[in-house]
Amino acid sequence: MVTKNCTESQLLSELYRGMYRIRFVEERIVKIYHTDKIKSPVHLSIGQEAPSVGVCAALRPTDVVFGTYRGHALYLAKGGDLNRMVAELYGKASGVAKGKAGSMHLADASVLMMGTSAIVATTIPHAVGYALAEKFRGRDTVVAVFFGDGASEEGVLHESANFAALHMLPVLFVCENNFYAIHTPLKSRVPMPNYCARMEAYGIPSRKILRNNVLETAQTAGEMIGQMREGRIGPAFLEIETYRWREHVGPGEDWALGYRSREEAEPWIRGDEVERIGCQLDLDVRTSIDHAVEMEVETAFRLAEEAAFPSDEELLTDVFQ
Amino acid sequence: MSFSNAVRELSYADALYEATVQEMERDDNVFVFGLGVDDPKGMYGTTKDLHHRFGAKRNFDTPLSEDAMTGVAIGAALAGMRPIHVHQRMDFLLLCMNQLINVAAKWSYMFGGAFRVPLVVRAIVGRSWGQGAQHSQSLHAHFMHVPGIKVVAPTTPHDAKGCMIAAIRDNNPVIVVEHRMLYSNRGMVPSEPYTVEFGKARVLTQGGDLTIVAISHMVVEAVRASHHLAEVGIHAEVIDPVSLSPLDAQTIQTSVQKTRRLLVVDHSWVETSAASEIVALVAESLNGDPGVRFKRMGFAPVPCPTTKPLENLFYPNSRTIAQAGYRLVTNREDWVPEGKEANEIAEFKGPF
Ligand SMILES: Cc1ncc(C[n+]2csc(CCOP(=O)(O)OP(=O)(O)O)c2C)c(N)n1
Ligand SMILES: [Mg+2]
Repeated sequence: MVTKNCTESQLLSELYRGMYRIRFVEERIVKIYHTDKIKSPVHLSIGQEAPSVGVCAALRPTDVVFGTYRGHALYLAKGGDLNRMVAELYGKASGVAKGKAGSMHLADASVLMMGTSAIVATTIPHAVGYALAEKFRGRDTVVAVFFGDGASEEGVLHESANFAALHMLPVLFVCENNFYAIHTPLKSRVPMPNYCARMEAYGIPSRKILRNNVLETAQTAGEMIGQMREGRIGPAFLEIETYRWREHVGPGEDWALGYRSREEAEPWIRGDEVERIGCQLDLDVRTSIDHAVEMEVETAFRLAEEAAFPSDEELLTDVFQ
Repeated sequence: MSFSNAVRELSYADALYEATVQEMERDDNVFVFGLGVDDPKGMYGTTKDLHHRFGAKRNFDTPLSEDAMTGVAIGAALAGMRPIHVHQRMDFLLLCMNQLINVAAKWSYMFGGAFRVPLVVRAIVGRSWGQGAQHSQSLHAHFMHVPGIKVVAPTTPHDAKGCMIAAIRDNNPVIVVEHRMLYSNRGMVPSEPYTVEFGKARVLTQGGDLTIVAISHMVVEAVRASHHLAEVGIHAEVIDPVSLSPLDAQTIQTSVQKTRRLLVVDHSWVETSAASEIVALVAESLNGDPGVRFKRMGFAPVPCPTTKPLENLFYPNSRTIAQAGYRLVTNREDWVPEGKEANEIAEFKGPF
């Protein structure tokens, strides 16, 4: 988490650390997935690290996030516990949800990540309700909710945005536009993908971030959040263009399926945001970040491998509080 | 197209595909739509190249808008088309409930029979590889509860084809429940179009000691359970209702009158379930006959956990079914059948 007054180079190294950590964790998942130790569908964020890291850099630890089944990046960016996340993917008792959630449902009240869902768009209104409650109690909490371009086709986004605008609720709607919903491109789903204009129509200030730019994301989110806290605006909307490098779900690449081409992906991969920011750091700074991250990730996977599965009794617990 | 009615072996998925192709050839009003139906994976092959064969107008993808798309299907059905709306997981039907239950199920009766909604909703039930709480639900009982909507859950390739054709030709909304662990199962399927009548159960194995009624993928496990039971001299009559609403209570009652024991293995939670309904129907028909014993089985009464060891405990399997049958017949618990996880489950590989 970075504060407003840190210098640009501190901010850059924090953003880099956040993104590299997600990248390294997910590449580690890719490496071991074939062993079948992770029996959980994984929706990877490789290539899409910037939106979560950028927005979370502008949030306080007391702010709240909601997300989706593609939730590793958000969980880590919001300060989630890496060891418990990896254990969760392994289905182990030491996981965030004791193995009951798996990859698709990462959530952790201790870092105010209050829910993710495998049903597209379902957590959007939860962010609105959380913001309603916080405003009601006179707190200056901001609630950010992450969703994909596909989620914008669900009526619930529009119903939620309308209500949030009506009540001037401090919700940052974050659309990670990776141009696909599974294998279906944007152009087969929406005649006019002008997400900002749609949200503006509800009276919601909106900005579009091009090319997965993490610094611009952090800065723009920071401005919007600042205005929300001061009560000058209600909800705000951020569309962040990004690109998924791997298949929709699973560890592999999917150029062979034919729904998108390697050429289309080329600029995104060549312009890799992790590398682009990494290059701007002093080499020794970068090296020490890389080293620390790699050690941390190695440990997390080792601990997860060694951990025990939940006991049989665990099946029947937790249905009610 | 001419058919020489050869009977050949087909997979469940191919049987569904063949049924759809034949009906689309027969009737131009039949069309398929839903998230991902024309994508490279073609809904486990069940819709694989329909857009090439019949054009993109008759097999098309949609935005993520289940509620509206269900209403769109109803509108097209009112206009005389025969839409097939496909859902990759049955869980997504929960976003369609208003349209399905307040509209599709009511439009005939509420307007005095003036309107028909010939709609097929294909609902795929997920299991394995950590599908978890929101991608594995079997919600057939929700729809069985409601008059005006039919529910079928075929388990063999033969019945998959025949039910799909019957569903398409039906003038009412029909939910077709498909379990993805069944897609690669193979069986004999006539090449000609045919229908499987709704409301007629199938007796799969004959036996005098115990009736086992099972639903969807549990039919496969129940047949395996009958083999375990045969090893200890218990002969089970396994019945597949095929259609859940309408339900063929008569065939089940006749069997129970003979065996005096009924075990119903649902592919969902037991509380307020299809299993409960079946037991109730049989109990009513027996008029308080005290000599008949009943048992329901199904999912553990919790949301489906993701981790494999707990998921294994969550579902009934051939061994736990056999044990329950043994207990029902002998009143004893001194037998644990040997065996391993079913092949279709053990061999299924993720990521999805
Ligand atoms: C309500 C609902 N409909 C359909 C699905 C199946 N599904 C899972 S992810 C997905 C694509 C979502 O695309 P998008 O919102 O752009 O997110 P992305 O996966 O690209 O991050 C679909 C259709 C679902 N999980 N929930
Ligand atoms: Mg997308």
